[in-house]
Amino acid sequence: MIRRLFVVLLLFGLAAVFAGLMASYSPDETLNLSARYYAEHTAQDIGAANIVTAIIVTFRGLDTLGEVTVLFLTAAIVGLVLSHGRREGRGSGRELPPAGELLTTGTRLLVPLILLLGAYVFVNGHLTPGGGFQGGAILASAILLLLLTDPLRRISHRLITAIESTAGLVFVGIGLLGIFLAGGFLDNRILPIGSLGELFSAGAIPIIYSFIGLKVGAEFSSMLAHLSETEDL
Amino acid sequence: MAYIAMTTGFVLILIGLYGALTNRNILRMIVAFTVANTGVNLVMVAVGYLHGRTAPILDAAVPVAEAAARIIDPVPQALVLTAIVIGVGVTALMLAYAYKLYESKRTLDISAFKDLKW
Repeated sequence: MIRRLFVVLLLFGLAAVFAGLMASYSPDETLNLSARYYAEHTAQDIGAANIVTAIIVTFRGLDTLGEVTVLFLTAAIVGLVLSHGRREGRGSGRELPPAGELLTTGTRLLVPLILLLGAYVFVNGHLTPGGGFQGGAILASAILLLLLTDPLRRISHRLITAIESTAGLVFVGIGLLGIFLAGGFLDNRILPIGSLGELFSAGAIPIIYSFIGLKVGAEFSSMLAHLSETEDL
Repeated sequence: MAYIAMTTGFVLILIGLYGALTNRNILRMIVAFTVANTGVNLVMVAVGYLHGRTAPILDAAVPVAEAAARIIDPVPQALVLTAIVIGVGVTALMLAYAYKLYESKRTLDISAFKDLKW
């Protein structure tokens, strides 16, 4: 009981801090300097209609490379932690009840459509709200649906690893091309910028974001596969 | 509008921390942490909101010449996009560790794990 009292007291203190933050917060009337720079220079320098994508892939592309690395490390650690001492073979011999008719048929119908939507989202990342990370998460949700229908299904780790490492290498390779052909690492102007709002515009952004999408999708899928391969305890 | 989102975010952080501090079950603690994570993201997006403006996407509604006067701050949105993805990774990692902890002690009660307690 006294424990819970301490917790409540602590949270009240934190709430007071938050209230102070809220009271002293006044919303900006205009964009700050960096946001104004991005708003004014994205169209002519990058050519991407979606300014958030321009920031993520080009202006702060190095941070995105770091983020993808963090995600890769997470997937690798999940695999390492969960694969330790696992017995080989399909399942642990237990019989699962079959998935219902609705789930089975729904999966068969929806998985190709979900994969298509994921590809659409990351190919159009420079034009619409969306991009590699969102598209990759959508791709992984198709894998999740497959695993829900048949929890004993084994997703090929070799395939996932191949997709992930290829996508990562292409991402870094395109970034390095930017040093030689354009202004610097991850510069998108190695390809023509094109006209604003078209699919083939914004230089290398659609290509980079598509490979980020594949990489993120592969990493999430490998986490899902590792988690589904754990045995009942 | 920004105040509603910001208050919701702060309340979600508090709810998440309360859940993480009072629950004994590790799975519940993980769920509580994801709730707090969502709250942090909501607060960051709310800070970037400017009244009466629209999403930072250049199209017919936002001509290039007027972009700086029409759009909200795109930087917090890029930041939160990153934070959401990392949040998923952290959650997956916590779940994997929870599985390992259950494997070692056959319980998810946090008070059973006293190895590092003094």
